[in-house]
Amino acid sequence: MDPLRQSPSPSSSRASSPRTLPCEMLGYVGIEAVLDQLKIKAMKMGFEFNIMVVGQSGLGKSTMVNTLFKSKMWKSTMLGLGVPTPQTLQLQSVTHVIEESGVKLKLTVTDTPGFGDQINNDKCWDPILGYINEQYEQYLQEEILITRQRHIPDTRVHCCVYFVPPTGHCLRPLDIEFLQRLCRTVNVVPVIARADSLTIEEREAFRHRVIWAPGTSLGSVGVWRGGECTGGLRSPVCGPQIQENLKTHGIEVYPQKCLDEDVNDKVLNSKIRERIPFAVVGADREHIVNGRCVLGRKTKWGIIEVENMAHCEFPLLRDLLIRSHLQDLKDITHNVHYENYRIFRLNESHVLPRGPGWVNLAPAPASVPAPAGPQATPGPPKVCRWAKDNSDEEF
Amino acid sequence: MFIMNEELRNLSLSGHVGFDSLPDQLVNKSTSQGFCFNILCVGETGIGKSTLMDTLFNTKFESDPATHNEPGVRLKARSYELQESNVRLKLTIVDTVGFGDQINKDDSYKPIVEYIDAQFEAYLQEELKIKRSLFNYHDTRIHACLYFIAPTGHSLKSLDLVTMKKLDSKVNIIPIIAKADTIAKNELHKFKSKIMSELVSNGVQIYQFPTDEETVAEINATMSVHLPFAVVGSTEEVKIGNKMAKARQYPWGVVQVENENHCDFVKLREMLIRVNMEDLREQTHTRHYELYRRCKLEEMGFKDTDPDSKPFSLQETYEAKRNEFLGELQKKEEEMRQMFVMRVKEKEAELKEAEKELHEKFDLLKRTHQEEKKKVEDKKKELEEEVNNFQKKKAAAQLLQSQAQQSGAQQTKKDKDKKNSPWLCTE
Repeated sequence: MDPLRQSPSPSSSRASSPRTLPCEMLGYVGIEAVLDQLKIKAMKMGFEFNIMVVGQSGLGKSTMVNTLFKSKMWKSTMLGLGVPTPQTLQLQSVTHVIEESGVKLKLTVTDTPGFGDQINNDKCWDPILGYINEQYEQYLQEEILITRQRHIPDTRVHCCVYFVPPTGHCLRPLDIEFLQRLCRTVNVVPVIARADSLTIEEREAFRHRVIWAPGTSLGSVGVWRGGECTGGLRSPVCGPQIQENLKTHGIEVYPQKCLDEDVNDKVLNSKIRERIPFAVVGADREHIVNGRCVLGRKTKWGIIEVENMAHCEFPLLRDLLIRSHLQDLKDITHNVHYENYRIFRLNESHVLPRGPGWVNLAPAPASVPAPAGPQATPGPPKVCRWAKDNSDEEF
Repeated sequence: MFIMNEELRNLSLSGHVGFDSLPDQLVNKSTSQGFCFNILCVGETGIGKSTLMDTLFNTKFESDPATHNEPGVRLKARSYELQESNVRLKLTIVDTVGFGDQINKDDSYKPIVEYIDAQFEAYLQEELKIKRSLFNYHDTRIHACLYFIAPTGHSLKSLDLVTMKKLDSKVNIIPIIAKADTIAKNELHKFKSKIMSELVSNGVQIYQFPTDEETVAEINATMSVHLPFAVVGSTEEVKIGNKMAKARQYPWGVVQVENENHCDFVKLREMLIRVNMEDLREQTHTRHYELYRRCKLEEMGFKDTDPDSKPFSLQETYEAKRNEFLGELQKKEEEMRQMFVMRVKEKEAELKEAEKELHEKFDLLKRTHQEEKKKVEDKKKELEEEVNNFQKKKAAAQLLQSQAQQSGAQQTKKDKDKKNSPWLCTE
């Protein structure tokens, strides 16, 4: 009998296991007041949100963050001016407390200057993965203390925004490698950066492109124009290009399809998934357009309004990240990614399988590898079994 | 890899970002998940626990009244699903059946404490699992304990004091005076102050309504003055004026349940459900459950820091424990093996002994058998000899007989001849 797991059998002292019976209340009781109580408590405690931006330099990550949160997150937004490209990947974190209508948000933004900038970018994702896992590790250590804090400070990365350069073709191998590794550890939202260099059609093509079925005559090229296919077509098989790339390589970006809880979620999230990746433009300067003051980029040929849906999809990104899915991002990080990390850590020094309840923690290894094919318990909502066990893609 | 952290700063926003929808997002999440609330009612049989629950939640929970013949205290838990607008509540009501009925009430509090601990234990087990699912775990930990005090008008019974003292570190206790319609107003005031002073002097920690939040501080402060709440429960409706109201009808008047002048039922409902339900749940989780967890883990031998005050990690302790356990296991295995070997040897020796004995017996028998055989052979020989002799004698005798016969026959013939001889004619 394992002394570590010995516990008094509760069968004797536990009352008969209760079946839940639905009951009708004949009058107002006031249970719904608990929602207000929750709100008050949440407002008092404040919220935390940690976001990480990843991408090559010059793609406008810092500007994007400033635009998202309408404030100067970074001391210097002028990159490339006297700031040498770091030789190794360095992660920089900045924490701010912002408040709006009584809601306090402790926002931490982690930047990754130097990502993908070297000639040899092999394993440039290691420091990033290491950072993310380090945050999970910190949280885990706090959680398994005997005397633990009332509220464990949450430094885990809730969302990673990945900036895809606007090549107009497809995802580069670096992008694919990085996304594959990261989407298993953290919520990844890919965006097409600097989308003002692509026309609307090019954007759609980047997102969606006509893929010819084999056997069609060469030389007749169909162009996807404004929702219609013109030109010599035989049997066009339309498929999203980046989305196709993502699917081929088994990359599940946020919002993950397998974590959709119910029909409403599915409907809402499918709409979002259709538009992924968002083509965004960042700007932190204001200009006057038609008498209104808008954020935008001024060029000789016009002003690109950031918050105009006709110009770019920045509002979609903002809404997704902040206005509608922020809590969801945090929940998935806590319930899925953190749990997977925890399972991985607790199972680490298993030589022989010990059974479901055995807890055996070993000291954290020097180099933290990415968890191999995370498994989470099936069935309950917000947890899924990652069907594609891509363990062959580890380094 | 360097991570540079800059200090926390407050930042001003130059426009509407939109995260003020966060509390709503949070609330929506919680609503879709539903809430759990578990109430434990401790009180003597017949003091009005079930009726009060029915009155509080405006419904009829199916339950049969208990008899007074229970041999001991046992806990009966029932779960119900309630829904109000878009809030789903999984309510569990735990009853103490047979409390206060026994002649010897020394151990009355034990089943209650065990039940509360068992719920904490179940949660702890789930939390320690490797593959766990805490977010949809049906939380059965007791969030509030309503302690029903009998309306004697004097003071707390010693059973009450003892039980409450045992429970105060494990659960949020809200003491209430049951069947308060039997106490007159002036007596009630004295009774309440007596109870509160007794609780304080005995160091019983009852649930403190939170006063650190501006929105609820005021109402909580005013309400806590009225502790313990004197309640009356009733599910029957009586016509008062032109409305139907829950009340108890007596020949001398009608006690209205929801009339604040008549009893404190409304205050209890406000405090328990409408104002502090979330705080009760939070206190249970962050205070009582953490205390239980700490004690349990320390009991199992885990520490955060060792005597040299170097931080011990849970993992090292686990490793050490595991090795220790494995060592013990090995030792036990060795012992058992040795014992087994010894037993085998003993048995072998016994068996050898037995074998030897058997051999000896066998030899003995064989010899005996040989002897007997010899004897029998001898006897047989003798017998044969005798038979031979007898035969010989017989043969001889026969010979003689036959000779005799012959001679006899001759004689007879001679006689005959003689007779027939002329010599014998006698004329």
